[in-house]
This record gives sequence, C-alpha cells and structure tokens, in this order.
Amino acid sequence: MLVYGRTRYIVAFLVLVLSVLYSLPNLYPQDPSVQITPNRGAKVDAAFEKRVETALQGAGVTPKKVEIQAGGELLVRLPTPDAQIKASDVLRDVAGTNYVVALNLASTVPSWLRAVGARQMLLGLDLQGGVHFLMQVDQKAALEKRYESYAEDLRVLLRENRVRYESVERRPDNSIVVAMAPGETTVTAQGLIAKNLPNLTNDIAGNTIVVRVPDAEIQRITTDAIEQNVGTLRNRINELGVAEPVIQRQGTDRVVVELPGVQDTAQAKRILGATATLEYRGVVEGNAYDAISSGNVPPEARVYYRKELGPDGKPIPILLNKRIIASGEQLVGATSGYDSQSGTPMVSITLNGIGGQRMFDYTSQNVGKPMAVVYIERIPEVKKVDGQEVRTIRTSEQVINVATIQGVFSKQFQTTGLDSPKEAADLALLLRAGALAAPMDFVEERIIGPSLGAENIQRGLQAVGYSFLFALVFFLFYYRMFGVITCLALLLNLLAVIAILSVMGATMTLPGLAGIALTVGMSVDANVLINERIREDLRLGLPPLTAIAEGYKRAKGTIYDANMTTILAGVALFAFGTGPIKGFAVTLIVGILTSMYTAVSVSRGIAALIYGRRRKLQSIAI
Amino acid sequence: MKPFNLFPYGSNIHFMRLRWVSLTIAALLMFVSLGAMVFNTVRDGHINGAGTFNYALDFTGGTVTELHFAKPANVDDVRERLSAHGFRGAQAQNYGSSNDILVRLQAAPGAAARTADDVLNAVSTPANPAKVTKSDFVGPQVGKELALNGFYALCFVMIGFLIYISFRFELKFAIAAIIATLHDVIIVCGWFAISGHEFNLNVLAGVLAVMGFSINDTIVVFDRVRENFRGMRATPEEVMNASVNQTLSRTIITSFVAFLSMLALYLFGGESLRGLAEAQIIGVVIGTLSSIFVACPLLLWLNVTKQDLMPKAKDEAALARRP
Repeated sequence: MLVYGRTRYIVAFLVLVLSVLYSLPNLYPQDPSVQITPNRGAKVDAAFEKRVETALQGAGVTPKKVEIQAGGELLVRLPTPDAQIKASDVLRDVAGTNYVVALNLASTVPSWLRAVGARQMLLGLDLQGGVHFLMQVDQKAALEKRYESYAEDLRVLLRENRVRYESVERRPDNSIVVAMAPGETTVTAQGLIAKNLPNLTNDIAGNTIVVRVPDAEIQRITTDAIEQNVGTLRNRINELGVAEPVIQRQGTDRVVVELPGVQDTAQAKRILGATATLEYRGVVEGNAYDAISSGNVPPEARVYYRKELGPDGKPIPILLNKRIIASGEQLVGATSGYDSQSGTPMVSITLNGIGGQRMFDYTSQNVGKPMAVVYIERIPEVKKVDGQEVRTIRTSEQVINVATIQGVFSKQFQTTGLDSPKEAADLALLLRAGALAAPMDFVEERIIGPSLGAENIQRGLQAVGYSFLFALVFFLFYYRMFGVITCLALLLNLLAVIAILSVMGATMTLPGLAGIALTVGMSVDANVLINERIREDLRLGLPPLTAIAEGYKRAKGTIYDANMTTILAGVALFAFGTGPIKGFAVTLIVGILTSMYTAVSVSRGIAALIYGRRRKLQSIAI
Repeated sequence: MKPFNLFPYGSNIHFMRLRWVSLTIAALLMFVSLGAMVFNTVRDGHINGAGTFNYALDFTGGTVTELHFAKPANVDDVRERLSAHGFRGAQAQNYGSSNDILVRLQAAPGAAARTADDVLNAVSTPANPAKVTKSDFVGPQVGKELALNGFYALCFVMIGFLIYISFRFELKFAIAAIIATLHDVIIVCGWFAISGHEFNLNVLAGVLAVMGFSINDTIVVFDRVRENFRGMRATPEEVMNASVNQTLSRTIITSFVAFLSMLALYLFGGESLRGLAEAQIIGVVIGTLSSIFVACPLLLWLNVTKQDLMPKAKDEAALARRP
C-alpha cells in the first residue's frame, strides 16, 4: 500500500531544508567593489581608510561601505559598476605602488549563512565579463635547455676532477656523448658521473660514455617546467591586480588563465605574454665595432647588441662570452629599491643554489670585470610554407644591463648605478619576467565585455525560467493533482541542483544554465513514467491507492536504467569536453542524479501525504 | 474525473507492420545525412575535413571580434582600415545596431596571431573610438583537438552503452539501441551539414547530449519489451507492438516537455545558446521517432526472442533483487 516511513519523511524534509539553505546565498547580489591589498610592508589602517574616503569624496564617488577585512585588505563597496571603475582610477593614484588595487565582486551573504559553509556560485567569464587565455608551454624548449645544462654540468664535473676529455656533445637522439681524451680511461669518468649526477643513466661504448636522461627524469623536467610557469604567471597576475584569477594547468602542457573583470586586455597580455628568459654572461674585452667590421670575433665570444643606441643611432654592439654564467630559471627573485649606501636606484637579485654557485665561481676570478644581462624575448610567428602552416619562434636578444663586478658574491647581489627608479623597476620586472622556465604561446584568447556578461546572465536566467514555466504549466494541466506533485518534486530538484553546485564551488556559465534548462526537460521523464504507469494501473482496474503504489514500484527499474545511460553520456561530455562544456555536463549529471531522488522518492512521499490516509479513496486526479 | 489524454490510451497502431517502411526511411535519412557530410568534405575535389560543417572559430581557429563604436560606423571604412593595417581577408559586417561591427579573421596566415587588440588598434579612430564587446581568438591546433575530443567522446559513449545495455539487457538490445542512437546523432549532424548553420563548441555539446536523450527514450521502450517478453505469451512481433503502444503516451509527453524546454532555450537563451538548442530540438524530434519507429524494428530484425531475455538460472535471484 501507499506508505512512506517516518524516517524517509525526515530525510526528505532535511533535503528540503539543506537545499533551501545552501541555494539561498545565490539570491544575494554581489557588490561591485575595489579591493586594496598592501604589499612591501605597507599597512591598511584607520588613517589610510580616511585618506581613501576623502579621495573618493573629492572625486564625487559615494561608496556603500568602506571596511578593513580580516586579511588586512581594505574593501570599498560601491553601488554601480561605473562607480567601481571611477573609484579604482582614483584609488590607484591614492594607493601608489605600495598597494595593489583590484576590482572585485564582494559577497553580501550574511555571516550566519557563511558560517554554515553556504556560498555563492561563482560566475563564469561569459556571465561576468573578463578575459580568458589558453597558453601552451613549449616543452621541447624546456627539455632542450635542460640538456644543454646537463652537458655543461658534465664538462664542469670532468674539468674540476682533472679528467681529460675530447668533447661533450649532444646528439639528436637526446643523449649526451662524452668522448675521452686518448689515454684516459672511461672508468673514473663513469664513476664521477654516477656519483654526481645520479639521476642520469650512462653506458660505455668504446672510448666514449653515452649519458641518457631517463623517461622519469624527462617527465619530471616537463612537469617542473609547467609548474614553474604556473607559479610565475601567478606572480605576474598579482601585479595586474585581479581579485579572483583562475590559473590552472590543463592537460600536460597548457595553462588556462582567466581574469574576471579585466578591461585592459592589452596590458594583461603584455605582462602574461612576455615569454622571455635571461642570461648572465661575462663581457669579452675588445672592440666590438672592429670585430664586426673585420669579422674577427674571438672564438669564445659572440656579438650582442645593447639596448642603448650608439652615436650612429644603432644599438651598441658588445662581445659576450658564449658560456652562460646563470640563466633565468636560476633566478629566484628581483626587486627594485634604493642602495643603502649611495642612495641611488638599484635592483636586488636572488639566485637559487646552482646559480649562486656558478656566480660565485665566476665572480671570484673576475672581480673588476664587466658582466652583462641578456634579455631574450620570443615572438611566436606562423608562416605558410608549401601550403603547410609552420609555427616558428623569432628570438630577439638584447643586452639590458652591463655592470662591473665589484666583489665576490653568490646567491644575493645588487645591480647599482641605475639612472632612475623607473629604470630599476623596469629592470626588476624584466628580470622577473625572464625567470619563466619554458616559453609559452597564446593559443586561445577570449574577451567578454561586462555589458555582454550582464546580458548573458539575464538571457540565461530567462531561458531557464521559461523552460521551467512551460514544464510546470503542462504538468498542472495534464496530470492535475499529480501534476502538482510533479511540480513540487521538480522545484525541489531545481533547488537541490543549485545547492549542490553552490556547495561544490562550481562556476556557473551560460552552457551551465542551458544544462539546468535541459535537466528540467529530462528529469520530468521520471515523473512522466510514474504517472503514466499509475494511469495504466487504474485502467486495469486497480484501486487508486494500489495503483499509485504499483506505479511507483514498477517505474523505478525503468527510471534507473534510462537515467544511468543518460549519465554515461554526461560523463563522456565531462571527460572529453573543455571549459564551458564541462559546466554543461556537470549540471546535467547533478540534475539527473538529484531527479532520481526527488522524482521517485520525494514525489511518492507527497502522494502518500495527500492520499495515504484516505482508505476509502474512490478516484484520484491524474 | 476522467484523466486528460493527449493520446487515446490503449492505442494499437501496428508499428511493426510498418517496420520495413520505417527502417527504409530511417536508412534513407541516415544516408542523406552521411551523403551531405561526405559531399561537403570532398566538394573541392579532394578530401577536406574542414568543409564537412560550417565550423565555427572554436574549431577552425581565427579571430572574431565584436566592436561597439561610439558613433555609427561605416563598414567599408572599417574594411579599408583593416586592409591598410595588413589584415588580409578580413571580413567586417554590421550586427545589431549600426554602431556594432563584427570583424572576422582567418587563422593567422603568414603573420603572428592577430587578436582583439590588433583589431581595435586598426579600426578605432580618435573621432570614433571603438570598444571590444566580445572577442574570441583560437589557435588552429586547439580546434583540431576539440574536434578529435568530440569524436573520442562519441566512441566512449557508444562503448559505454554497449557494455551497460548488454549487462542490463542483452547484446542484441545493446546493438539496436546503439544503432538507433547513432541514427539520431548522424541526422542531427546531417542537418548542420545541409543547412550550413554554424557548428561551434556549444553545438557539439548539444549533439553529444542528444545521445543521452535518445538512449533514454529507447531504453524506456526496451524496458517494456523486456517486461512483456517475460509476461506475455505472444510472438516477438506482438510483444514489440504492444510495448511501443504502451509506452507511446509516455514517450510523446516526455519528448514534448523536453521539446518545450529546448524551445525556451532557443527563444530566450540568446545567440550563443541557439546552436545548442537547435541541435537539441532536432535531436528530441528524431530521437522520439527513432525510439518508436526504429529501435523495435531493429530488435525484430536482429531476431530477438524470449530465450534471449530468459535469465540464466543463477541470475534470476540477482535480477529479482535489482530495483
């Protein structure tokens, strides 16, 4: 008979309460706001707050609220996005360089809701406006570089231990071949390599040692390269001042960068796209002009050009050693400031252990000699050769700084004698930019203006609303009382989907909204199956209560099989889809899963509530 | 109170008698769709996968930028400025108001990727400054991967269906269900090949989701077939016919409601969701028809008998326990 146990009512009630509770935060509109985060020892205090308020007043902007947050940031809530833009322009001037000023959408969810972990769904770029970049890391270049440095390590190792060798060469098959000098055995060298470079494998072939990089090591190098890039990107984006950036690895060699609310895409790209590296090289003495005109370049040197222009209006040439002292990947940090002794602008540089060691080795022998920093920029290009697209990278190398080595140093050192604070800041920025391990290219860029975002939200919600309305009206009309039951179950389903997505911290996108509309269309199937079964059983002459109970019982298996296959399709969409398609798949899967509970169990509970106690029930409205 | 019915219950339409007609029509539709796709692919005299559909930028790569000018902008002027800045083959057209212009660029031939900023620099003048409303730039290699991933997803779903339905029903049911589903997907794709409507990432999502909907419908019919095979003493043909007729009202009601919600999406969801909704609407109609006219005739054709569904002795208890 039609019974629904007390425990199951309690569960259904709990589901209802939780669904309402956790979908509630989405009703609170977010405030457009400006967030000011202190850095470099600056502080946000009452005096600073006062300055901000005065500045806003002066510009004719009335904030909704100015508050200091727990993290030490100052949050200025504003009534409209226009006021937000205006305020951020004003505040950037007030805050200066010691603060990061970012546009933000501040939550207005009351604290009691936040206390239970209820939060708002984030809005995707297509609903909020902003930029999306997909960047590809050039793994080949990262590996190439690492092979070079292994070869260099091998040379240094053998030289330092006075093992004579003829050559250390990279072969195209990704091995490094060490050819020993005549009369020198391979045994000592092999022992040294095994001890000092344990992560490489080596084999002896006659008078040579073939050193290989194992697959696991290659894997590690490529993973490191992308991880380092993600880290560097994060730092660069912090400089841009974006409140909630998304920086994620995608697949083996891609990074997704999403910057909500960013308007100045050119600036964003300049900072993100500066795929650059840098190299510290010793300066070779000699007249570079003569060397070029005579073609007589010293064997250990190469001609580079400085950023500064010479008297002839062309960049000044300079001879630099072919050997790299330290490179960008060994750079840990670079900050600009003022030299404590002379008071002139300077850049303070930190290298990692390997870089520091090499710097120490070099400087201890070359005090008083000049050293140069070469900044290498990579510009991706696409050319057509025989109808085939060929992607090439144009490399531009420029000497950004030449300084005299004043003493022996290793990891920590300063470049002084810079003309202006701006030059120091620029140099520091370039140095940091050069720290990127492997070069990256933009392979995708999507920009959504804020007005379009607002339009998309409105359209998406309208579409979901209408699809819901269409279904509700049809069911009320077609199934009457059972239509009401179906509609209640459908409403709960919608609430549950929103609640689950909110708790999951999902990002709502336009296809996500389409997924919800689609879920409405598909999840009604369960109720249709049940209601049609009940009608069928009634036609067979079963008493109403038995018909309802039987209808629910017999439809369950069908619903289960039909939904499982649909979920399978959803999983495929999720697994193979990217970005917005994933959002669509998630809403679809969640929606169908929750509909299995609401349509089968909850609707039965409601039916039992309405009809269960009426033992002499003659007819039901279905 | 009498129930309100769109379709008279107890219908007894002889769908199975029509099976050769319906299967022929289904096969024809499929061949027309496949033919359209093949025709598009080899239209230039050689095989060119890029011609199969009117692929959107998501797949082909390139740049599409929507600009909003402060004052009404002349499309010809914009075009001139674009070519003056070295944008070869750039298309510019008005959309929406006369202040809005859409600029379309092919995937960077012979130059570095041109994106929104380049376009903006080229067309924006001090007298009539423009703002980027929306811009998409996709590199060519990304698009190829997307198309490939779509194909993998299709294969994954087919294999998944094969395993799941073979396990819950029987292999012949799985084969019939997969053919019916493929039929639907191919026709939806065929529609996009014939109409030349833009095929973007959202359309792909829609096409893949059609599989979910189509299989759902078919499974409901098959479920009834399974039940009737066990409960009815009749020939397979009669069982099929009864099953289709019994589930007819459910099939049509569900599809109708699904159709309504897609329609809402199509009408109110805006430009970017229209393709997805279009794929879904066609998918719902074709999926409904195929679950009525194609799935069961295929089962008959595959010679499904009562014995196929008789649980092996030891499975009986397990089956009874299943929900």
